[in-house]
Amino acid sequence: MSCKTAVIVFPGSNCDQDCVRSWKAITGGTAELVWHKESSIADYDVVILPGGFSFGDYLRCGAIARYSPVMNEVIRLAKRGTRIIGICNGFQILTEAHLLPGALLRNKGLAYLCKDIYLKVENNQTDFTSFYSPKAVVRIPIGHGEGSFTIAPAGLKKLQDENRIVFRYCREDGTSDESTAPNGSLDNIAGIINEQGNVLGMMPHPERLGEPVLGGEDGRYVFDSIFKAVTGQGGLN
Amino acid sequence: MSDAGKNMPWKEHGLTESEYQMICQLMRREPNYEELSLFGVMWSEHCSYKNSRAQLKKFPTKGPQVIQGPGENAGVVSVGDGLGVAFKMESHNHPSAIEPYQGAATGVGGIIRDIFAMGARPIASLNSLRFGLLDNNRTKHLLSGVVAGIAGYGNCMGIPTVGGEVYFHPSYQGNPLVNAMCVGLVDEDKIFKGSATGVGNIVMVVGARTGRDGIKGASFASEELSDQDADKRPNVQVGDPFMEKLLLEATLEILAKDLVIGLQDLGAAGLTSSASEMAGRAGNGLYIDIEKVPLREEGLAPWEIMLSESQERMLLVVDPSKVAEIEKVFDKWDLSAAAIGEVTGDGNFTIRKGSEVLATVPAGLLTDNAPVYQRQWSEPAYFQAQKNVKHDQLLAYGDWSGLLKKLITSPNLCSKRWIYEQYDHMVGLNTILRPGSDAAVLRLMDTGKGLALSTDCNSRYVYLDPWRGGAIAVAESALNVAVSGAKPLALTNCLNFGNPEDPEIYWQFVKATDGLAEAAARLDTPVTGGNVSFYNEYNGKAILPTPTIGMVGLLENLDCRVASGFKRAGDKVILIGTSKEELGATEANFLVTGRDEGLVPEIDLDLAARLNTFLVEAASKKLLNSAHDCSDGGLAVTLAESAILGGLGLEAELVGDISAAAAFFGESQSRAVLSAAPEKLDELTGLAAKFDLPLAVLGTVTADKFSIAYKGEKIECPLAELTDLYQNTLSRQVTL
Repeated sequence: MSCKTAVIVFPGSNCDQDCVRSWKAITGGTAELVWHKESSIADYDVVILPGGFSFGDYLRCGAIARYSPVMNEVIRLAKRGTRIIGICNGFQILTEAHLLPGALLRNKGLAYLCKDIYLKVENNQTDFTSFYSPKAVVRIPIGHGEGSFTIAPAGLKKLQDENRIVFRYCREDGTSDESTAPNGSLDNIAGIINEQGNVLGMMPHPERLGEPVLGGEDGRYVFDSIFKAVTGQGGLN
Repeated sequence: MSDAGKNMPWKEHGLTESEYQMICQLMRREPNYEELSLFGVMWSEHCSYKNSRAQLKKFPTKGPQVIQGPGENAGVVSVGDGLGVAFKMESHNHPSAIEPYQGAATGVGGIIRDIFAMGARPIASLNSLRFGLLDNNRTKHLLSGVVAGIAGYGNCMGIPTVGGEVYFHPSYQGNPLVNAMCVGLVDEDKIFKGSATGVGNIVMVVGARTGRDGIKGASFASEELSDQDADKRPNVQVGDPFMEKLLLEATLEILAKDLVIGLQDLGAAGLTSSASEMAGRAGNGLYIDIEKVPLREEGLAPWEIMLSESQERMLLVVDPSKVAEIEKVFDKWDLSAAAIGEVTGDGNFTIRKGSEVLATVPAGLLTDNAPVYQRQWSEPAYFQAQKNVKHDQLLAYGDWSGLLKKLITSPNLCSKRWIYEQYDHMVGLNTILRPGSDAAVLRLMDTGKGLALSTDCNSRYVYLDPWRGGAIAVAESALNVAVSGAKPLALTNCLNFGNPEDPEIYWQFVKATDGLAEAAARLDTPVTGGNVSFYNEYNGKAILPTPTIGMVGLLENLDCRVASGFKRAGDKVILIGTSKEELGATEANFLVTGRDEGLVPEIDLDLAARLNTFLVEAASKKLLNSAHDCSDGGLAVTLAESAILGGLGLEAELVGDISAAAAFFGESQSRAVLSAAPEKLDELTGLAAKFDLPLAVLGTVTADKFSIAYKGEKIECPLAELTDLYQNTLSRQVTL
């Protein structure tokens, strides 16, 4: 089965090409760039909302992109079961579009941070993480100034109870405490999934450590997992 | 206009009386106000290089690798496979002193536009920064602001900031330096130039609208700073990286569609300089109708429109039949694009307001006829005095472990992690050796090759001995590239000096550029462009002369790249080169005495060239597990850095007949610390002999013990402690 994949391009997106390149290299599949002004798009199997600074991050990260014409289509596809992943700015857009709960605030140090960090895969029973072993500790870079996840207590409890916190920041040995998240995220949250299990948002960039020459490939298994969820195959390349 | 302005019209425009007379002679009449304002900016030091042009001719600019030398928006070198690398460095010092965030941000924005004006897609940025000591809040404010500004602009653009250097010295307290470099990739047969060819072609301004910001920035850059300058904040432009990202994508789109004949970015002196330069290069004339320029606000005077330095704009010259298609592309990106004039055959740069002619000046007078000043220079007394400096205090220091710790916690030598973690250095998926190594290494997609990039300048050396300092800046940046396994190809520079009208400052400039030129020739790294920044003074005191070098090197095989950190316990640690009794101008001497003093280390350029070739060959044969250039702080610091970066220890014993201080902390040039598997040692020794390079095995890489012995003296310290000091010092010191 083929896997029809779109990478949405907002004005100011800057990881769109990286996502296309990485998706192709990892899965052996293809990916098309889709301009944000499109008001009708095909029934893609996978939609990637890439990182960057959509609309300059002006007003609030993702707040303007959320109103781009293509977002109505992304919401339509989300309802139909398309696997949607928002990475970094993509995650921010998904929360603004209410496809995911919560919000992303400025980092606790108030500065942009670009570095490798460690994540614990809290839930490997998802379409986005099935290639990881349970509670795996993986190294994936972050690159953001506004990645401190927050949500009201009831919402947090719901995420916890429903096992929808997919990635948490941790140390290299897998341990963590309140100060572990580099950005001050509540409950060390780095990535969450929606109730239906087809929309995932994460601040770290899996595409940035997806091949050995870049210094590691822990990130590739996110794309491998998605590809397998759609096609029944994966991990070939 | 004031009465004084009437009597001395040149004054308001930053010109001298003799320059005014020269203009009248050249024009055979008195220029009007608008015309004089054109001369004012175009003949400023910033645009005309009138004080430096004579010296810049010394630089070697040619070579088989050079596709485009100085004179265009950026230089271009060939990396084979039909690919060119466009690169250039530029200063944005004065704006950053007044408003650090916007000053640095717009510096980054300007150099990025220079790169895509060549038709190249920018793939990496670097920078070189200088501040006063970190012991005061002003420096902390400037450092935090500049770093945030570079990050704010570069990160949003999606161009990784992959390397650079940062130094702190009291001389930069009032006048920090912000030098930004950008590197782009372009197909050799698709390089664009800033030339207004083809009479009848249309001149368009695209991107942001024109406002009142940054007016006369070029003149501002050509004055000294003083504590009265806080009110010059309106001279500083404001950057909008989002706008520039759109401009980049839209511009590359119209270039790919072959809709453009010539283009240039709008930088210093705005429309005036870009339009007259484009006309001048083509030997054509050109007119601009200021009524057609899209404005941000009403009521701008004609000269304000012509001199505005509003950011994120480009000037295009296009065939009349392509105008509509270009407008369509810019409309897609929600940017303005307006036809504002035409290329003419009369050689005049003309400004119109509708049908009314406001100014008309032969374009060549603005771009090529600025006076060239051969300034007087004289050798300052301090130069000869360095011979008599003794280093008794350092020689007798004794606590070598303590001194090593002091050195690696010096903000000049410690890890710059706190800074580069604020820069997105990974976007683009090409950053293979990240910041923190000697050079950043990027992959050149689909070629198997890599690009090594470095910026460098030891300004203490340049101050104490400008010739050697200039030569060493080139040699060291080339060595940074070579230790990564890459052949140094070419360089760009940013020459930051004080007031050139001071003969002792001009002496620094002449000697430093002599050394730079000689080293560039002997190391086969031609100069493909650059920038001169004079008047870096604060309340009459000049900065240390700082001719920053930006070097580009080519790794024929990306798999042969070499990083600075040790890789495997059990490997042999090797020193290439000779340690001499050279304690002058060292960081160790500065830390112990608080003085910039002594003789600058000797530099043998033949030896430096052989060392580079040796390193590239050793890397290509995969003989090395690590290689690190031995520079500021000397051998002990180099060994410590290789250990810290590799997370491995070291047990070494140095040999020689010099003092312990010089053995550990002397800064003799053309040295590198290598590590290699024991079975590679014979081949490596043979290769060193072939290039007539001294090689000494110093010891072995260990798991975590760090010790260096020399003639009964010893440096010993737990690796974990060294690592913590090295990695975390800067963040501790910067925190306000």
